[in-house]
Amino acid sequence: MTRGRRWRVVVLALAAVYFLLPLLAAAEFSLRTPGGGYGLSNWLAIARDPVLIAALFTSLQIAVATAVLVLVLVVPTAVWVRLRLPGLAGALESATILPIVIPPVVMAAGIAFVQANLGGPVFRALFASSTTALTPFYVVLALPFAYRAVDNGLAAIPLRTLVEAARNLGAGMATALRRVVLPAIRSAVLGAAFLTLALVLGEIVIARILLYTDTFPIAIVEVGRSTAGVAVALSLASLLITWVLLLAVSFAGGRRTRSEGSSS
Amino acid sequence: MTQLVDAPRDVAEDPAPPRAGRSRALLGLVPFVLYLLVFLGGPLYFVISGALSDPDGRPTLDNVVAALTEPQYRVAFASSVALSVVTALVGAVFGTFLAQAVLTSRPDSPLRRIMSTASGVLAYFGGVPLAFAFIAALGQTGLATLWLRGIGLDLYAAGFRIDSLTGLGLTYVYFQVPLMVILVTPALEGLLPQWREAAENLGASAWEYWRHVALPVLAPAVGGATLVLFGNAFAAYATALALTSGSIPLVPTAIATALSGNVIAGRQNVGLALGLAMVVVISVVMVGYLVLQRRAARWTR
Repeated sequence: MTRGRRWRVVVLALAAVYFLLPLLAAAEFSLRTPGGGYGLSNWLAIARDPVLIAALFTSLQIAVATAVLVLVLVVPTAVWVRLRLPGLAGALESATILPIVIPPVVMAAGIAFVQANLGGPVFRALFASSTTALTPFYVVLALPFAYRAVDNGLAAIPLRTLVEAARNLGAGMATALRRVVLPAIRSAVLGAAFLTLALVLGEIVIARILLYTDTFPIAIVEVGRSTAGVAVALSLASLLITWVLLLAVSFAGGRRTRSEGSSS
Repeated sequence: MTQLVDAPRDVAEDPAPPRAGRSRALLGLVPFVLYLLVFLGGPLYFVISGALSDPDGRPTLDNVVAALTEPQYRVAFASSVALSVVTALVGAVFGTFLAQAVLTSRPDSPLRRIMSTASGVLAYFGGVPLAFAFIAALGQTGLATLWLRGIGLDLYAAGFRIDSLTGLGLTYVYFQVPLMVILVTPALEGLLPQWREAAENLGASAWEYWRHVALPVLAPAVGGATLVLFGNAFAAYATALALTSGSIPLVPTAIATALSGNVIAGRQNVGLALGLAMVVVISVVMVGYLVLQRRAARWTR
């Protein structure tokens, strides 16, 4: 047993060093000042940069729009497959990994072709701003993990019973979804939403190739060319904020299930 | 509350004949499938049609031939494949050990929750923040670089650079390991304690249990996950873009360069052909994953 425990300690220690060191280094780097000491100048510079703040708002707007669209597409579909088409669950899971097969850079290449060669009011409206142009494609990028997260959430609840109970009480399918299923899987839904946020705050390939350079991650790279410290501070902040949000959801979800378990 | 009263109209429609019910049920998938067709199938269509035609739209295979034979693209494919293979293998081995280490901790320990959420963030976070965290750690003046120099190990004197293939590989492992943890944890959870007990009762050592029982059961799942990791690294570009601004020859870099199109006319189509080649490589890998996934599923029922 002690031998078994020793490899665990080694693996966990190695993981702690490898995963925490870059975060620690980022924290240290972001606190360096030009004079060679430590201070908050990099962090204060963020608040004073109107371009960065505007970019952050653009990206948050994209993130919210993406998350809403993803959930509107994924939740009803995943519920529907579990209730009515269980035989197709495997096929749909394969369909949701399709976006992984087409890398962002290739997707961007295809979109760039449309952007350059096709006109018309629909495309003009689509390519009018970063939000309208990027959101539909970020939804595609988010589908694989969002579907998996929501489907895992559905697997953990008595879905059929809940929906049938709601319908016997007179609820339509939409009402059952919104008022019974959605609250029951809210931690999975929030998890999917925050992973979408993480994706939007890290994606630069499509935005760069389509020349929508007003998003937050692109702004970080631009800032990084002149003042690396500010870019590192921003990177650390966006990583930690997303993680804390996910951790909060996870703990809230865990506590709820546990208290439900003990009361039954 | 009013909804409770006026809604029971389609409950009566529920016991429809099975056949009609199924085709009606398929209608429920229309929004999802349609969305994928338009926003994923659309770009893919233009990649394929552009790859197989010249700038004037006439069909040709020249772009594909150029993408597969020109020396700079061969170098790009070689380094992309090398980077993906190495980081997939390192990620798979370390990720499996890490997942097992976390699984054998107490089920209610915060370690599990921290690991599962951290895996989620880190696996999908790729991109920009990761690149800057590694610059802060292993860049010229990074914290780890300074510490290592303090103990007499000068990375940069030894030829290391963060914007090299090695530096990029070190960074990729940072999202490969968490992805492996996510992918392999269900398979590890599927190893029933009874199997271990049965093996022990028959006199097997821990090593014999892993060699003859656990590893054969895990092999398809671990193999499949490793393939996903390969595809993941092969497709990734954001980290490389932020870390190196195009100095390492990778396939995505070559595509972006070809697309920017200020070199020679007609390069855009070669860029699309490179994209098509990427899609083919990853498709083959993902088909392998699906096959292994089916085999792995045998044990989880």
